[in-house]
Amino acid sequence: MGAILHTVNKSPFEKNSLQTCLRMSLPGSSILLIEDGVYAALAGGDAAAGLAAAMQDRSVAVLGPDLRARGIAEDRIMDGIEIVDYDGFVRLAAASAKVQSWM
Amino acid sequence: MSIEVNGKTYETDEEGYLANLGDWSLEVAEAMAREDGCDLSENHWEVVNFLREYYDEYQIAPAVRVLTKAIGKRLGKDKGNSKYLYELFPYGPAKQACKYAGLPKPTGCV
Amino acid sequence: MTEQQNTGGTVKKFLYINRRAPHGSNYAQEGLEVALIGAAFEQDVAMAYIDDGVFQLKRDQDTSAIGSKNFSATFRALGDYDVRKVYVERESLESRGIGEEDLMPLVYEDEDDDWEEKPLVSVVSAAEMRDIIDQADVILNF
Repeated sequence: MGAILHTVNKSPFEKNSLQTCLRMSLPGSSILLIEDGVYAALAGGDAAAGLAAAMQDRSVAVLGPDLRARGIAEDRIMDGIEIVDYDGFVRLAAASAKVQSWM
Repeated sequence: MSIEVNGKTYETDEEGYLANLGDWSLEVAEAMAREDGCDLSENHWEVVNFLREYYDEYQIAPAVRVLTKAIGKRLGKDKGNSKYLYELFPYGPAKQACKYAGLPKPTGCV
Repeated sequence: MTEQQNTGGTVKKFLYINRRAPHGSNYAQEGLEVALIGAAFEQDVAMAYIDDGVFQLKRDQDTSAIGSKNFSATFRALGDYDVRKVYVERESLESRGIGEEDLMPLVYEDEDDDWEEKPLVSVVSAAEMRDIIDQADVILNF
């Protein structure tokens, strides 16, 4: 099977969607944080360690428009996370065999 | 419900407030006032324009008490009091002026 | 904190507890609007922000690219509605990688002090928040 794009749209502080995503995603797959999922990307937050571990073998991206809506500047995001716009979202999805949404 | 101005129809809610903020124009405001039998004077416009600025900044239409206080701060105590504002807008300064300003019903009005 | 006297025509102390992030659901916006309505009716209104609720007060929110209303501007009306108490739990900020400097600098204008702007937000510890909750007469959750 080809690589999956995993999206997470819930805050890691409110639901376990990100945790489950990290547990259920294979090396080589991509993770995209969208909507309230973008809060996980804050450097210094409680979700940072889990994401950093996942970044060893998976790529992690975050949706820029959702960051801006929430007032999170790009320099507050953990190192190694790519910031993408809607076109980038489409490219990631097109490059993946399928998209799994963790909601 | 709707209101017709210069041959164009604009959607409103059941109390006559514009459904879409973007539909507002001077002509729409005047037409709404005419329906209420109210002729918009400079003093009316002062309040209507103030409300539009307030909404632009805070994204809500202020309740009457808040409006009265804010008008008092901006235009002075002789205008920032209920007597003055109710004389201009007998149906309730916040409610009526918000309608002419194309805003939703004030936050804190039933 | 001054204690309201519950005598005769009582003024009840309302505490609105906000625990949701701002844009993923309607809870945050509704909580704010209900609180403002209460304040318009001259209730004694205090706001508490715990858990993801602290994200509601994050400064520099710009929703233009996600096509939703930027209601974070409305928090600046709290002062106009005579809300004087906005509490934010420090522990919730810290576990989310943000701090007091990340919050909107909300103020109210003191009518009795030549409209002097005074800060509205207090960052408090969990222990202090427990007492704030304990002392409220009516608690509403969003």
